[in-house]
Amino acid sequence: MLIIKSPVEKTIELDHDIYLLKIRCPEIAGIIKPGEFLNIRVSESMYPLLRRPFSVCDVEGDDLCLMFNIFGEGTRMLSRKHKGDLIDILGPLGKGFNIEGDYDTAVIVGGGLGAAPFPYLTRRIGSRKNIFTFIGGKTHRDVITYGMKNVSTATDDGSKGFKGTVVELFKSRFSEFRGTKMKIFGCGPNAMLRSLKEFCIANDLECEVSTECVMACGFGICQGCPIESTEHPEKYFLVCKDGPVFNVNDVVL
Amino acid sequence: MSKVDLSVNIGPLKLRNPILLASGTVGYGNEISEFTDLNKLGGIITKSLSLRPRKGNPPQRIVETPAGMLNAIGLANVGVEVFLKEKIPFLKKYDVPLICNIAASTIEEYVECTKILTEEETIKAFEINVSCPNVREGGLQFGNDVSAVGKITAKVKAVTGKPVIIKLSPNVSYIADFARAVKENGGDAVSAINTLVGTSFNIFSRKPKIYNVNGGLSGPAIKPIALAKVLEISRNVDIPVIGSGGIMDWKDVVEFMIAGSSAIQLGTINFIDPSAPGKILEQLEEYCIKYNISKISDLTASYII
Ligand SMILES: Cc1cc2nc3c(=O)[nH]c(=O)nc-3n(C[C@H](O)[C@H](O)[C@H](O)COP(=O)(O)OP(=O)(O)OC[C@H]3O[C@@H](n4cnc5c(N)ncnc54)[C@H](O)[C@@H]3O)c2cc1C
Ligand SMILES: Cc1cc2nc3c(=O)[nH]c(=O)nc-3n(C[C@H](O)[C@H](O)[C@H](O)COP(=O)(O)O)c2cc1C
Ligand code: FES
Repeated sequence: MLIIKSPVEKTIELDHDIYLLKIRCPEIAGIIKPGEFLNIRVSESMYPLLRRPFSVCDVEGDDLCLMFNIFGEGTRMLSRKHKGDLIDILGPLGKGFNIEGDYDTAVIVGGGLGAAPFPYLTRRIGSRKNIFTFIGGKTHRDVITYGMKNVSTATDDGSKGFKGTVVELFKSRFSEFRGTKMKIFGCGPNAMLRSLKEFCIANDLECEVSTECVMACGFGICQGCPIESTEHPEKYFLVCKDGPVFNVNDVVL
Repeated sequence: MSKVDLSVNIGPLKLRNPILLASGTVGYGNEISEFTDLNKLGGIITKSLSLRPRKGNPPQRIVETPAGMLNAIGLANVGVEVFLKEKIPFLKKYDVPLICNIAASTIEEYVECTKILTEEETIKAFEINVSCPNVREGGLQFGNDVSAVGKITAKVKAVTGKPVIIKLSPNVSYIADFARAVKENGGDAVSAINTLVGTSFNIFSRKPKIYNVNGGLSGPAIKPIALAKVLEISRNVDIPVIGSGGIMDWKDVVEFMIAGSSAIQLGTINFIDPSAPGKILEQLEEYCIKYNISKISDLTASYII
């Protein structure tokens, strides 16, 4: 864990209100893993007061990339950063995806901005495994496929790709993967993760999901980010420290 | 040797400087030790401990508000037993006064927790939380009742020889009455203030943003209120006050001391900049050197009104 002020390299508007921010930060770029996150102070003033959590979207050499959409004031301010502006970063934080292991096909399932951690996951898995990616959103505007491989898309309104949810799309294509050893990587809205979990349990698939929770600190000192544990109902996990990536069987979604 | 005497006394408790880390904002110390050298601090106050482990409230527990945040953690903690077994060994490695904060649902539970914890020599003092706004039983129920606060003070004092600090609620009309009850019942100091009760709605769903409906407001938004409460105690009751509420930098520390605090607590700032406690301490010392303050304790209640 480090606190560093690092300069913006580039701000790119990928799509309407969706941004990619590249920050030159060799200290964190060198150690961060896919699925881990950064807690960013978007302003030195008291507004906004708390840091904002973002998954690492990709690492390009010394640059950290974040992908985000404008949601409220914090993300709006972040989208207005220019080359050379310093960004106050706390990270790397949390536990990321485990890309090692005994599988030969990685199936990535992302909903909306839940696709954010996957370019880096894709890069780190590289050519060691087969990768198939399913990305969904409400409309074609919410489907972001930046930095991903072998992508199929789904939209609720059918404006791009399969008409339906991304999990339905994955189900419809599932027979193609029979016989391979699969590992599923998911990130997106809770409803999507829940149906992904159901499907993975029904088909006995290994699956890791990246979860979200409103956070204050991002590193375990405020107890602000509980998520229910399946095995230990008497206590919560902390999303920021025990996650944000969990084995799907370990948490109640 | 520092040129400035930064040490302060909180009744019988001697601290090397006035910077304490507030309960519930540093866990049990290990995470923040990566950013701040605990050995330099005046002290560290644990997350509120209860006799048994507490799971705490379901999410959402936190919401940001203008210049502040609401929290309804619900006193999630590992309980006294696990604290002694698993958390104390880490804290023992440091030469920093450890103050244990205790929360309870009944007066007997406060007493029981204190009895168990007082045996542990690493613990130098107790801070009794009678002011948590986020649990149904306990907490504020006591914090709003002068005679209950007096009774808890007396009963806890009766089972420990260590200094007892009572953490007061700002959600009362006359906080000085509570400080007086603490003093009259043998308490050594008061902390002021805990969080203020607040709430926040989602205007589209019309539901509260926080599961618990209400939360405790902390951060810069509460600073003027906290200062007024510290001043009220300082002007009316002869008891050491540990100030807290929205302290973000060294200037706030000085302001709280002028208003009557003997020491202060850093809370919400730890979430934003966990390296702040160390920096604030250095800047505080620079301020003292620059303005020829040879003893920082001279600042306490130095207001000119
Ligand atoms: C581990 C993690 C990784 C994330 N990664 C990404 C990412 O890569 N790209 C991306 O666009 N978004 C990501 N998010 C969500 C992102 O943090 C929020 O969109 C952002 O905080 C909104 O801030 P704001 O000031 O614009 O919105 P506001 O609505 O003004 O924020 C108010 C408060 O709510 C919190 N908040 C709002 N939405 C969320 C949310 N979905 N999750 C957690 N806290 C929230 C904010 O942090 C802030 O404290 C991630 C969240 C978490 C927990
Ligand atoms: C997330 C959070 C958790 C807290 N938990 C406790 C607690 O367990 N016990 C307690 O006495 N005070 C608790 N507090 C109150 C703080 O110790 C402090 O009194 C208050 O936040 C005001 O200071 P600040 O504005 O600097 O944060 C908590 C505050 C926050 C923000
Ligand atoms: S965000 Fe503070 S403990 Fe997780």
